[in-house]
Amino acid sequence: MNLLWLAFTIVGVLTGVLLSAKAVDPNMMLHGMMFTLASILSAFALIARHYRNASAPSLASENGSVNYNTEILKAGVIASAFWGIAGFAVGLVIALQLAFPALNFDLPWTNFGRLRPLHTSAVIFAFGGNILIMTSFHVVQRTCRARLAGDIAPWFVFWGYQLFIVLAATGYLLGVTQSKEYAEPEWYVDIWLTLVWVVYLLVFLATLWRRQEKHIYVANWFYLAFIVTIAMLHVVNNLSVPVSFAGVKSYSLFAGVQSALTQWWYGHNAVGFFLTAGFLGIMYYYIPKRVNRPVYSYRLSIIHFWSLIFLYIWAGPHHLHYTALPDWAQTLGMTFSVMLWMPSWGGMINGLMTLSGAWDKLRTDPVVRFLVTSVAFYGMSTFEGPLMSIKAVNALSHYTDWTIGHVHSGALGWVAYISFGALYFMVPVLWKRKSLYSDALVNLHFWISTVGILLYITAMWVSGILQGLMWRAYDAFGFLEYSFSETVEAMHPFYVIRALGGLLFLIGALIMIYNLWRTARGDVREKEAGKLVPNLEYAGAR
Amino acid sequence: MLKHKVVEKNSILMLVLVLIVVSIGGLIEIAPLFYLESTIEKVKGMRPYSPLELAGRDIYIREGCYNCHSQMVRPLRDESERYGHYSLAAESMYDHPFQWGSKRTGPDLARVGGRYSDEWHVTHMNNPRDVVPESVMPGYPFLAKTQLEISNITGNLETNSLVGVPYTEDMIANAELDLRIQVDPEADEIDAFMERYPKAQVRDFDGNPAMLSELDALIAYLQMMGTLVDFTSYDVDANKR
Repeated sequence: MNLLWLAFTIVGVLTGVLLSAKAVDPNMMLHGMMFTLASILSAFALIARHYRNASAPSLASENGSVNYNTEILKAGVIASAFWGIAGFAVGLVIALQLAFPALNFDLPWTNFGRLRPLHTSAVIFAFGGNILIMTSFHVVQRTCRARLAGDIAPWFVFWGYQLFIVLAATGYLLGVTQSKEYAEPEWYVDIWLTLVWVVYLLVFLATLWRRQEKHIYVANWFYLAFIVTIAMLHVVNNLSVPVSFAGVKSYSLFAGVQSALTQWWYGHNAVGFFLTAGFLGIMYYYIPKRVNRPVYSYRLSIIHFWSLIFLYIWAGPHHLHYTALPDWAQTLGMTFSVMLWMPSWGGMINGLMTLSGAWDKLRTDPVVRFLVTSVAFYGMSTFEGPLMSIKAVNALSHYTDWTIGHVHSGALGWVAYISFGALYFMVPVLWKRKSLYSDALVNLHFWISTVGILLYITAMWVSGILQGLMWRAYDAFGFLEYSFSETVEAMHPFYVIRALGGLLFLIGALIMIYNLWRTARGDVREKEAGKLVPNLEYAGAR
Repeated sequence: MLKHKVVEKNSILMLVLVLIVVSIGGLIEIAPLFYLESTIEKVKGMRPYSPLELAGRDIYIREGCYNCHSQMVRPLRDESERYGHYSLAAESMYDHPFQWGSKRTGPDLARVGGRYSDEWHVTHMNNPRDVVPESVMPGYPFLAKTQLEISNITGNLETNSLVGVPYTEDMIANAELDLRIQVDPEADEIDAFMERYPKAQVRDFDGNPAMLSELDALIAYLQMMGTLVDFTSYDVDANKR
């Protein structure tokens, strides 16, 4: 098996060398070299691994319990934390650029147009993606009571995914983009991600096949739907024809209106399946675990799952209201978006009601506060979404910052908060510590970032609605009242407030990194010794 | 629900059911756009991009202009007064991919062609605040200083043709030439060029005849945006969808 992987790295080296040697543009030459380097490093790692432990790790420990693969999870925690900080920091930079355009420095590599995809991809795919891969590998092992399938395959998924991130990110800075939002990477990076994703699906499925439980736990349904659907969306939306197999440029297969709806079918379901279904998998495992209560309703989980994945796919056209997309498609998209409110809130209720009988933990455990607040934000943004998908509302909100505010109440409030909750849960478990280093710092993180989120989304509500109203304002003589530049000028104070909110959010995340690092080291904050919420999984740990 | 336990005991069955359930919406909404003839309006005047315009469009994509500018005027009163006639699907039928955008940090550009002078664009690209003091747009001074280097413009046209843009053999064969002469009104081959690309604008766009710059290409693209369709002959009622 090791030999097969070694053969892959050799193919990788050859492909990389060929791409950089035959490259028709400098960007492909650079990416070919990076691919070669990554393949060589992998080959060395494989050889070193071969001489270090010749035999594959056993499935069970000596005492008969399952020998879980925790090394891959530790790597996932570190990668998630790293990319989280990177993504939040770039977000802060581009927020400041909109308030103070001099910060673009008028260079190709630092202008807003290239940095904005860097931010969105860093937070969604680098931070969110690593969180999803890591938590899915944790949850699938625990709920199946089986070691993660594969010895090297999970590491291929992990490192292959990091390589995808680095290729995509460096590409953006160099101007390599397909210009499809959240699907910017060019054709060769897309092919690489497809390969990694297929192995990810196989590792996940093969672990399910090893399970010692008859039933597949509900969190895994959501992870499975996330992996499979993202594969479908990614492949279809990125269909394109490269100009040369040794060049970065491609032209997408679809044009105009068809390309628009395909893109937003993808784009909305990147939200629906990457940022929702996957993170609902996190909700369905980590909330019951942390509050030590079963999921509120099994029946509701089933309804939640199937109705959510069925309805979400239809919602894409609400990104194209009043455009040249035919009306019938817009109306269909709006109708399903409004219907989507129901499964969303059904899921929210299932998550929140899991706290039945344990509501006191909201006071005593700051990690629970993160998890529960995330579900509350989920409820809020899944109410706001259907509202904005109504055509009359969308006529006002579309193209404005209201959309940006909506996205961030979901991304910061829901996705990031449930991720923070999972990270705070996992670090003591993985590093076998009795508790976190400090609960007070978790609390501080919670309040700083909550104030940050509130500043962010309220600023964007005001600026979005204000600009939407200014665009359509008429004076007494029936002329448009404001020029476009006047509406831009009016945005300035809100852009400053938004950047402040982003700064607070970043500071909160840095506090988390410090807390997790001290926890991993095995430190306990002296003031809080004896008062910390215990890690139930390792009562015997130090 | 009665038999849900069967599904949750069989991962492959679950995988297949998930795939079926998530395929339905996309199939019903997207597939008809490829065969319903009413999807794209019947208009006069649309033609593929000239090589220089295409090069400009590729720069527009490279710099991520779509992050802040839409190219889609909605059929709302204030928008048609601010930007012009609402956009038609036909106007982006050769756009691989579309550039409709999703955010207007800056104004819509679907009909920006002919709205400002070339000099305005040159100044604006160098430092937007020289002409619009309130602007938050980055400056792109490097475009005027960078020579337009395209490894294979013929290949770009051929690839577009492969995905459905009606470039003729004549257009593809002359791609290299057309790329260079669109900035040179004195060139002998201009008449043939104008036949290939009606309504194309021929002049030195960036005010620097010594070099064919990236700015030449970008302004050539901006100045043709929204100018192709002949709205005097457009039949609104025949194109109701």
